[in-house]
Amino acid sequence: MNQFQYVRPTEQTSAVKSFVKDANTQFIAGGTNLIDLMKMGVVTPDRLVDINRLPLKEIKKTTTGIHIGALALNSQVAESSLILQHHPVLALALNAGASPQLRNMATVGGNMLQRTRCGYFFDTSMPCNKRQPGSGCGAIEGINRMHAIFGASESCIAVHPSDMCVALAALDATVTVLGLKGERRIPFADFHRLPGDHPEHDNTLQKGELILAIDIPDAPATKNVAYLKVRDRTSYAFALVSVAAVLNIEGGIIKSARLAMGGVAHKPWRLHEAEKSLIGKPATLDNFKQASQIAMQGAKAYKYNQFKLKLGPNTIVQALKTAAGVA
Amino acid sequence: MAKKKPITPPESDSLLNGTRRDFLKQSSFLTAIALTPVSLIKAAESGLDEKIAAVFEKVPLNITVNGIKHDLSVEPRVTLLDLLREQLHLTGTKKGCDRGQCGACTVHVDGKRVNSCLSLAAMHDGQHVTTIEGLANGDQLHPLQEAFIKHDGFQCGYCTPGQIMSGVACIREGHANNEHDIREYMSGNICRCGAYPNIVNAIQEVSKGGQKV
Repeated sequence: MNQFQYVRPTEQTSAVKSFVKDANTQFIAGGTNLIDLMKMGVVTPDRLVDINRLPLKEIKKTTTGIHIGALALNSQVAESSLILQHHPVLALALNAGASPQLRNMATVGGNMLQRTRCGYFFDTSMPCNKRQPGSGCGAIEGINRMHAIFGASESCIAVHPSDMCVALAALDATVTVLGLKGERRIPFADFHRLPGDHPEHDNTLQKGELILAIDIPDAPATKNVAYLKVRDRTSYAFALVSVAAVLNIEGGIIKSARLAMGGVAHKPWRLHEAEKSLIGKPATLDNFKQASQIAMQGAKAYKYNQFKLKLGPNTIVQALKTAAGVA
Repeated sequence: MAKKKPITPPESDSLLNGTRRDFLKQSSFLTAIALTPVSLIKAAESGLDEKIAAVFEKVPLNITVNGIKHDLSVEPRVTLLDLLREQLHLTGTKKGCDRGQCGACTVHVDGKRVNSCLSLAAMHDGQHVTTIEGLANGDQLHPLQEAFIKHDGFQCGYCTPGQIMSGVACIREGHANNEHDIREYMSGNICRCGAYPNIVNAIQEVSKGGQKV
């Protein structure tokens, strides 16, 4: 690991100020991703700003929903009675991610800023436009079994690895960030971005902006929810495909539906068209199958991830069945 | 709680000898850049001794490990795992993958299990760490240590300290009520010998026993 300066501010504004003084600065919270990347030489900061002393750990009820501080631990959120009561799909997604040890370290803000787990991104001897813009993409013609089927570009076919973010995408969360010019709020759908010509940017944060909190509006439904994650082993692996489903069912009819997928794109992949197709219809297997086919429109697979074209819709159907309690 | 003498950085004796020590004493320039270590790196690059830079890069760390308080000075890039093993000589905590994938390095920080390989020591100022060495009560093994022996919960033993630290936390968290939960909540600890069934049995026995762990 390269040498770096370490600073530990206790107040948000000074954290933001200490960030922008230098070009090559990183915030560190749980460190579960960043330290790994630093050991591999993928990220080599001159300065680390440890934000763990900032007062951003609170989970509380507001008049419009639930507020989660950026430094709340993944385990803390997953076990929070407020989250279990109001947004159980978020707890399900969090518990599907990483291991208990990592969930005790990783924060909500850090989870959102996870880098891709693409092997070419991690291997500094390989080309990667995300790690080194202009160097090419090793994955497009390489081992791309874990890679995207939606929204990829000629530059990058990596996927976002988070489970938590898939649930937050389905829940229409809002991200509050602080920069030198003050605070701003970013709808969750606009927080992560597609790779396009600039895969080096995972998200729409400006340089030096610090995530302060996530706000989740009250959900229309908390009973008929599911998070289904399909992976190479039963636990502690990244998703091949995952699906978050939040249904509001009254008298057997779907009043509203929220669906998002993980493991398929550079950002959590919300399935708006499939959602629309379900509204006003009975919660039946046939309707779920139809929605899953709509969801897969525009999907494009590469040499080794063809299986996701089948696994994707199957996972959607299974998640909808689980959420709706349909056998 | 015993209070240990501060541990001096091992290289400081050899480093701060003769002319270098005089140089440091005389140099107000260095005092100033001690407060801005980034400029110090630049100073090192422009010909000053890199080892001097390393000394000044260190940050103070007060950490309690297995009930013993340590007043240390650490380089920020030292992980908690390396601090435990290399500086405090607590080699019970194992380095497996060093990437947060195997769980061999699991310790408890303020009562929560964490991967010590993916955490910087400097980030644990003021915190309490428990390692496998801190689990037994004198000569009396912790109930889960006893259970691992009884159920043969290991073969080569390399993952065992991490398995036991994780297992104790798993029971304390209330995630050890059945085999499914134990397997799910122990999934961050890999055993390449495949002692899983015996590990599950050991944890289940202690969990069912209801004794304080």
